[in-house]
Amino acid sequence: MKINVVRNILEANARIAAENRELFAEKKVLVMNLMSSPGAGKTSLLEKTIDSLKGRMAIGVIEGDIQSSQDAERIAAKDIPVVQINTGGACHLDGNMIRDTFHHFDFDALDLLVVENVGNLVCPAEFDLGEDVKVAILSVAEGDDKPAKYPLIFHESQALLINKIDLLPYVDCSVEKIRAESLKINTQIAILEVSCRTGLGISEWCAWLTDRIAAKGLGIK
Amino acid sequence: MHEMAITQSLVDIIAEEMRAHRAGKLLNVRVQIGQMTAVVPDALRFCFDILTQHTPMAGAELIVEWVPVQARCESCERTFEVKDHAFVCPVCGRSAAATSAGRELSIVEIEVE
Ligand SMILES: Nc1nc2c(ncn2[C@@H]2O[C@H](COP(=O)(O)OP(=O)(O)O)[C@@H](O)[C@H]2O)c(=O)[nH]1
Ligand SMILES: [Mg+2]
Ligand SMILES: [Zn+2]
Ligand SMILES: [Zn+2]
Repeated sequence: MKINVVRNILEANARIAAENRELFAEKKVLVMNLMSSPGAGKTSLLEKTIDSLKGRMAIGVIEGDIQSSQDAERIAAKDIPVVQINTGGACHLDGNMIRDTFHHFDFDALDLLVVENVGNLVCPAEFDLGEDVKVAILSVAEGDDKPAKYPLIFHESQALLINKIDLLPYVDCSVEKIRAESLKINTQIAILEVSCRTGLGISEWCAWLTDRIAAKGLGIK
Repeated sequence: MHEMAITQSLVDIIAEEMRAHRAGKLLNVRVQIGQMTAVVPDALRFCFDILTQHTPMAGAELIVEWVPVQARCESCERTFEVKDHAFVCPVCGRSAAATSAGRELSIVEIEVE
């Protein structure tokens, strides 16, 4: 007997992500899903972003890692509410793992929640967390062929940060090629060049992020 | 390996449908996987075989339909196949923002007895 079953395989995650999104809207919190390969600079960017924006808005952080809590400790040093998720081997976060952290946060007092996803260019983009924006980081040390090799993350992200611009003199990497290839995959993507080491581009990045809060119709609490 | 998480969700859905239809054994399952997903079909098959061991789904065939990426041009409204990840309309040269196909991760049919 053949049975027609037209269902989204990830429907269970999609349902939880939708509930998360509803809660974030109700609580007027902007949620960002930050994705990159390991070492591209997610935690460094977070540190810079917190330093720039902390006086102006209330920020919370979820740190996703396969193991260890080193990144969470780096963020906690900034006196910011932070929760560590250890996925215990899983290569991405999902909606349920995010929901499980909710009791740690006072969303009524939060403006921005940043989720640092597990370091991985392949699959975090596949799993909806309920976030408002997905942001990808690619560092110049990884090479300019990455958009063509891992198109999904570039296709799904609203912004791409090209990080470690200070290293350009030492690596064979064309920022122009990264821009062109990313725009081919995603014509709407915002591309910003930054260096978490020198601080280049960080104020432009923070302006972009602050604009997202306004674009969602949220104010600063 | 995220294919394990995806396959677990697939197996959960099949189990639910088999219960609802009082089916005793799964013969095959047909899924549609878009080309712009984080899924490698061989990894999906590997995970499916592992997760269905010693269940009424064991030995069932996993039939994967691979869906090419398509986009719809916002200017001339044509739908075109996206080659080399280039979301550019071959007719009018404008860029297209959204995919109309190629992001599927769907189960479409099961055959049971
Ligand atoms: N030269 C340089 N190094 C950077 C920059 N951003 C991050 N790093 C270094 O890259 C390494 C990995 O950064 P981290 O933020 O931990 O990456 P994550 O794994 O994506 O969170 C650390 O040693 C950082 O100091 C940058 O803009 N320039
Ligand atoms: Mg980190
Ligand atoms: Zn994965
Ligand atoms: Zn066109």
